[in-house]
Order: sequence, then structure tokens, then C-alpha cells
Amino acid sequence: MKNTRNFSIIAHIDHGKSTLADRMIQYSGVVNDRNFKNQILDSMDIERERGITIKSQAITLPYRSKDGEDYILNLIDTPGHVDFSYEVSRSLASCEGVLLLIDAAQGVQAQTVANLYMAMEHDLEIIPVINKIDLPSADVDKVMEQIDSELGLDPYMSLPCSAKEGTGVEEIMEAIVRNIPPPKGDPAAELAATIFDAQYDSFRGTIIHCRVFEGTIRGGDIVRLMHDETTHKVEEVGAFLLPRQKKDSLSAGDVGYIIAGIKTVSDVQIGDTITLDKRPRKEPLPGFKESKPVVFASIYPIASDDYEELAVSLEKYKLNDASFVYQKDSSIALGQGFRCGFLGLLHLEIVQERLEREYDLSIILSVPSVRYRFTLNDGEVIYIDNPAYYPDPMSITTSEEPYIRAIMMFPERHMGAVMKLCKEKRGENSTLSYPSPGRIELIIEMPLADVIYDFYDRLKSVTQGYGSFDYDIIDYRQSNLVLLDILVNGDRVDALSQIVHRGSARERGLRACERLKEEIPKQMFKIAIQGAVGGEIISRTTISAYRKDVTAKCYGGDITRKRKLLEKQKKGKKRMKMVGSVAIPQSAFISILKSDNT
Amino acid sequence: MVPGIYIHIPFCLSKCGYCDFYSVTSTEKISPFIKSLLKEMEMYHGCFSRFDTLYLGGGTPSLLDSAQIEEIIDGIRKHFPLSADTEVTIEANPGDLSREAAESLFKTGINRISIGIQSFDEHILSFLGRRHSSIDAISAIEHIRNAGFDNMGLDLIYGVLGQNMESWMNTLRKALSFRPEHLSCYQLTIEPSTPLGIQYRAGEIDPPDEDLLYDFFMRTSELLEASGYSHYEVSNFARGDECMSKHNRKYWDHTPYLGLGPAAHSFYGNRRWWNHRCVDRYIEEINKGIPPIEKSEILTREQLRLEALYLGLRTKMGIDMEEFSKQNGCDLLDEKGALLRTMEQEGLITITDNRLCPTRSGLLVSDSLPLL
Repeated sequence: MKNTRNFSIIAHIDHGKSTLADRMIQYSGVVNDRNFKNQILDSMDIERERGITIKSQAITLPYRSKDGEDYILNLIDTPGHVDFSYEVSRSLASCEGVLLLIDAAQGVQAQTVANLYMAMEHDLEIIPVINKIDLPSADVDKVMEQIDSELGLDPYMSLPCSAKEGTGVEEIMEAIVRNIPPPKGDPAAELAATIFDAQYDSFRGTIIHCRVFEGTIRGGDIVRLMHDETTHKVEEVGAFLLPRQKKDSLSAGDVGYIIAGIKTVSDVQIGDTITLDKRPRKEPLPGFKESKPVVFASIYPIASDDYEELAVSLEKYKLNDASFVYQKDSSIALGQGFRCGFLGLLHLEIVQERLEREYDLSIILSVPSVRYRFTLNDGEVIYIDNPAYYPDPMSITTSEEPYIRAIMMFPERHMGAVMKLCKEKRGENSTLSYPSPGRIELIIEMPLADVIYDFYDRLKSVTQGYGSFDYDIIDYRQSNLVLLDILVNGDRVDALSQIVHRGSARERGLRACERLKEEIPKQMFKIAIQGAVGGEIISRTTISAYRKDVTAKCYGGDITRKRKLLEKQKKGKKRMKMVGSVAIPQSAFISILKSDNT
Repeated sequence: MVPGIYIHIPFCLSKCGYCDFYSVTSTEKISPFIKSLLKEMEMYHGCFSRFDTLYLGGGTPSLLDSAQIEEIIDGIRKHFPLSADTEVTIEANPGDLSREAAESLFKTGINRISIGIQSFDEHILSFLGRRHSSIDAISAIEHIRNAGFDNMGLDLIYGVLGQNMESWMNTLRKALSFRPEHLSCYQLTIEPSTPLGIQYRAGEIDPPDEDLLYDFFMRTSELLEASGYSHYEVSNFARGDECMSKHNRKYWDHTPYLGLGPAAHSFYGNRRWWNHRCVDRYIEEINKGIPPIEKSEILTREQLRLEALYLGLRTKMGIDMEEFSKQNGCDLLDEKGALLRTMEQEGLITITDNRLCPTRSGLLVSDSLPLL
């Protein structure tokens, strides 16, 4: 145990986290150069493209230190978005230390601070690393000054490096060995391991990623998941080498995997504690939270023939994403589909993109919604996350919507702009503090619906990228709600309906109309788009018809070329949904929730 | 459905900035080309029972002298049976139509001539890179009439950068003064691989305004129909139905055609094939005894249907829905009834006697109509 180090790398987006991980992996020799590919831990295309990590990943790096001893360095990579902050917290809870990576040219950024606070909450040893020192615009002295003044860390602890060029990597490896404490725990105690991730393998079922805090687990043991109260027989345990390496046991301090014949990842919960069935621990490890969807939207196939295929794909997709939930749903405008729950808007976009890419589906998402609570005249309390089931307004006694407590951090100079944004989003009960000079921490309560509606994008915009944001759901509060419908050429498109606060209905209706005007391409006839509450039209735009679309010459040599062009256009049109005679592109449905600034 | 023959003559004295038809500016290959062309005819000997149109296009077919044209037409007669009433068309540059040239063309048996006038405005002609002047154009038309041609078509271009409605109307009225049997009025299309396309991509020229093009198109159609011409295809007008281009109509109703010469396209049944777009390669392959075909495609039922739809909707005759259903196994009213009614209400098509026809403004969006 004394030669094990468990650590994570945390950084603001684009500060070079994946590149540094790549260099450390190469340095340790765990994978040979021939099999190496960049961003080795970001195994999904979507992660590489967006430059974000969605799934946690872990890898074991064997390292012989200058002190002559061999060490096991377990790197736990974490997701980088507020939608997945719970997963991040479980990963950090599995470490004793972190590398806090800072771009030498950009300096300390919002996410740097937010990440630092999260690491401090878990009492982790923090090693500041100044990356990208090879850049001409790198200013190491300035970053060191920020580390001192803004982060309150010892700047002389920080290590300069260029992950791109591979300089400084050895010093980082040495610092991990020297400064991050070895894990503690008793291998003979009752087993306590925390699950920080679970991935699906089509041959082996669920691969549990865990950190053992106390005790020892071996193949053949019967384990109990303490929150789920289920038991499983362990088939195999091992370490995250490349490829996975089977071991006899995992003991206190180890990071590794467990395969226990668990069919889907939905059968385990992130943060749950694993113990032995015959010698259980009394209390689970702290920090467990049930992951609950907060944003809901319906998914429809663009071609209704693809419904079955969508059903099969969702089932397969669900195998590897426990946070995603779904059930059958149908829409008058869009036909049969599924109502789905997501952790947040990014999660929603990721699911959409992965379904399209990995399962080759063309799908439409309805406008995302939160889950509202209505008390009806007869005293019944119902939860509605789908505007299609909005109750008859006459039957509603009380309408309520979920509220969050948002925690934001940003430089003082953006105070005015952030407060204005929060007020617009119906924020209330704010408290302010100054964690370090020039930096503000704002805690404020807001309706979740207004947060999913472009809040994060706008916060980033008004703080020029320096604002960080996190939230917890606190309770339901009474609110004056109405159903906003959208009509396209007179036809109500139920998938575009939204439940909104009465006070914002007009503005939201107008925005929706404008957004749709941008998204729906001109067609051969004019298209009226209207927003309506009850029977009343509250907003309206018109998309004018285009008047000219014709090739002048069409003789022998032009016909094939022209046909190919039409075939291509037809294919593009297949990605649009016909509502009456109007072709609505996929992007239109989610666009009406997006801000002008993105 | 009697097939037609197209012969591509790939030679020009100079290239015009807008044109993306295949041609070369050196004339030294003319005579080996003709030899190869005759051999290509031989390759298809006996494959077809009858043709009723022959079209010499280019390039600039009027660059050939009458002996060369006779040689080509004799070759055709030798290898392919032609109907007695065969329409024999040649495309000509006004600069090539001297009195003598017009007279000898008439003697070769050509009975229809399509003259590339493009404009009677000198500025427009020079912008387009034409080598003739409007004076040349006028005397060419006179020589053609005097030589005895009673089926003459004039090609014009509008929507040229810097052209206003007045300039275009003047050109159109001037053209009408010669009472041509046929008029083709093409909106200038900026093709990517042309000098104009390169200038456009570099941002050196702007495309004309969409509303202005709409007006050009509508005014052209109104004026010509008022002058007794039938607007029978997007860009084509005929002085009475008998003056429509018999040959070009084959392209629009899936009648078979045989294309000879470099880059020429052929169509038969469900197959389309085309020759190498290179005169050297064309000659080389033929010398080796290989058909100079670059590629061919077999059209699926769905592709044939799409083509039938978009080609049909380019013409005033439109689509006979019963015939369409027979040919393509698809009842348009059943499948697209609601959309078609919307289009009808919008004034883009008419639906009468089981016939789907584009209106004047419908012709202007006829690339979109088949996407319904």
C-alpha cells in the first residue's frame, strides 16, 4: 500500500488534461508507441471532438521512482461538466491527491477554481502544474502569482511542463510519489469499496470501477451493494492496465475493477458501497446520492418506420448509461417515440449524438422540460414532465416547479452582469461572499426550468468564460405556470409546446418564433409560426417563400448531375420532420431553448 | 418514343467565361476527331432501328467546314436509319455564319439552326467573352434566312452581372424582330469550374439579386407568350408547338438518345452512359477499338421516377399522372395529394385532367417541386 498513489487530473477545459494523461501513460510504458493514440482515455469520438471527458476512466501506471522503488500510480480521469458533477465527486473521493493543471498562457480560470474547491472538499493533496510552457505567450511568473493570490496555494510547489512536448513529465511523476500520501486502510477490515464508474462490456457484462478503502476482495467472494441491497458473486478482479489485468485480489488502497455477472450498468449505482455479504460493514461510505434525471424530452424517429430500431437502440444504449431513463411516449405531430430523462442539457445532447452516431439513427428531440408538480381540485397531486400531459387549467389548484440552489464563482467585475442575468432568470435569496480578493461566490435560488433554458451558456458569456457554476435541487415552489403552444401554419406542434412561467410566456413565445424562423429553411410557400397560450396568439413570425430555384440548362449531360444533387437534397430532407406540409429540421426542436449568444 | 442522336463537336476558337461544356481551343485535332467519330458510329452499327433527330452541338460545330459536316452526316446515314422527317440541328456561332457558310450549311441537309446570339448588347457580349459582335449576330441571322432556313432558334442569356431589365428587354425585342421559330433564354448560371466561377469564389463578382432574376424570368415569359411563343420548358420558347425542339424534348421525357463524341451522354431504357471528357483520350480509345465510355449507370426504379418527376416538371406539358403511375408504380395524388393541393393553392402548379403542370412561377422553382 505504501507504494500506491491514487490521483486525478483536474483542469479548466482545454488546459491540456488529456494530453498530459497521454504523456504520463507513454512515460510509464504501459502501452507501446505503436498502439498509442492521442487522448487515449477519451475513448469515444464525441469526447475527442468536443474536447471533454464524459465517462470516468482509470488507468494504472507502473513507475520506478528515482528512489529506486517501484510504484503503482492510479490515474482516475474525471468528466468535466456540471451535468456530471456527482460522478466527478465520486472519482475525487477515490483519490488522495490531484494535479491541478493550469494553462501557462491563459492562467487561472473559473473551472480551475471550481475544481480546486472540489478537491479541497475531499481533503486532497494538490499539486499545481503549469502546462503549455512551450507557448510563445506562456507567462509562468504570472501564473505562479495567481496560484499564490487566487488559489492560495504555494507557488513554489508548482511544476512547469509542456505536455505537448513531453517536458517536465518525469518531475510530475516524482512529485506524485513524493507529495501525494499513500492510501490508508486496513486490508483485514470489513470490505468497503466505492463504485466510481461502471461500464458495459458485451462479453463480461458490467465492469465496476472501484476504489477499495477497507478490507480485501477476491474472485469467488459474494459481495453486497449496500444501497441496492443486491448480492453478486465476483468472477474476476483486477487492475486497469492496458489491457485489463486480472489479479487475485484488491485490497485497501487499490483502484481496480470487479466483474460480478451484473448484466447492465443500471444494476449498479455510482457512489454505492461494496461490502462482503458474509462479513458486511455496518455503514456505507458517505457521499452516496441517487442519480435522478432532471431534464426530460421525447425522442422520436424521423421516419416512423424506424420506431422499432429506435427501441432496440435505446435498450442497447441504456446498457452503458445508467443515468439515462426512458419510457414509451407518443405525439400527435411526431408519432410514436420515447420520453427520456437526462442529468442535464449536455447529457441530453450527448445521448442524442451518440444515438445518431453509434446507432445510425435519425431522431428528433422535443423541447426539453423539467418535472412540474400540480395539485388538482380533487386534491390529487401529479408530476408532469411532458407538456403534452399539461392538465386542464380549470382543474389546477396549485402549480409548482423545482428550484435549485446555484453556486457561482466569478471575478468581481462581472457582478452586475451576473446579477442581472440571475434576476432575469427569477433568481431569489442570494448571498454573496469573497473567497479571495477580486473573486465572488454567489449562492442563489432559481427555478430549474430557467437554468436549463440557456442559463449556463449566458453565464459563460457574461463572465467571458470566467464564471463557474454548480447546483443542487432543493425543493418545489409555487409558480404561475401556463402552457405555451407553437403553431406552424396553423397546426399545433405538440413536441414544441413548453410549460412556462406566465410572466415569461410572451418573451419565450417570441423567442421560440424567432428561433424557428432561423432554423426552418425557406420553402416554396410562406410559413406562419405562432406562439399561443390558451387560445390567444401571443407571438408570430412569418418565413417568406423563396421564389426561385431552377437550373437554367437541363440537357443530356446535366441530367445525372442534377439527379445526384436532388438525391442528396432528398437525403437531407429525410433528416427533417414533416409537420403538415412544412419540413422542420431536427435542430429546430432544441434550438428554441438555446440562447442567442451560443 | 423514337430515339435521337447527339454529336458533340468539342472545338472552340476561344472559351467563354461562363461555359462549362467540354471543348478545346486548338483546332488541329479536328480531322483525327472526325475519323474517330466515324469509327464510334461503326461501333453502334445495327444497334438501333430508327432515329428522327440529329443534333450537332458543342463546342462550336460551325467551326467545321461544310465538307466535314457532310462527312459526319454521311457517316450517320451509313450506320443509322433516319426517318424521312428527321430534324437535323446544328449549333452555330454568329461569327462563323457568312453568306457562303450559311448557304453551304443549308446544302448539307441541316434543317434547323440554333444560333448563339446571347445578347445584342456589346457590353454584355464582352463580359461573357463572346468573340462576335451584335452586328455579326444580325448579319448572321439574315444570311441564315436568305440561305433558306425556316427553322431558326436564337440562344440568349440574361441575369448577367450589370445587366438591367431595360438592356435585357431590348435584346429580347431585337430577337423577336427576326421572328425566330425558337428562342432559348437562359439565366446565367455560374458554374464552379469556369473562369466566372473562379472569380465568384474569389469574391470578385456578386451573383445577381434573386428578386431581379425572378422579374427577368417573369417578364421574359410574359413578353414572349404575348408575342405568340409557347413557354414550353423552363428556358425554351417555341413559335407554335411544331417549332419546339424535337431533339431536346427527348431529354425531358426519357426518350432514348445516343450521344457520340467526347463527353456526350447516352440514355437507353434504364441505362445512361457517357464518353470520356477528353478529346485525346476519346481518339486513343477508339483507335484501340475500345468504346470511349467513361462511365455508365443503371438507374433504379426510384431514380427513374425522380428523374421523370423533375424533368416532367420542367415542361409546360407537365406530368400525365396516369402515365406516370403506369411507368413508375406511384400514384402521385395518393402519395402527395395534400402537398400538391398546397402547391396548387400557392399557384405553383395546376392539377387538371389528371395532369400535373407547373405554372409560370412554378417553373421558377421546378428544382424544388420534385423534392415534395
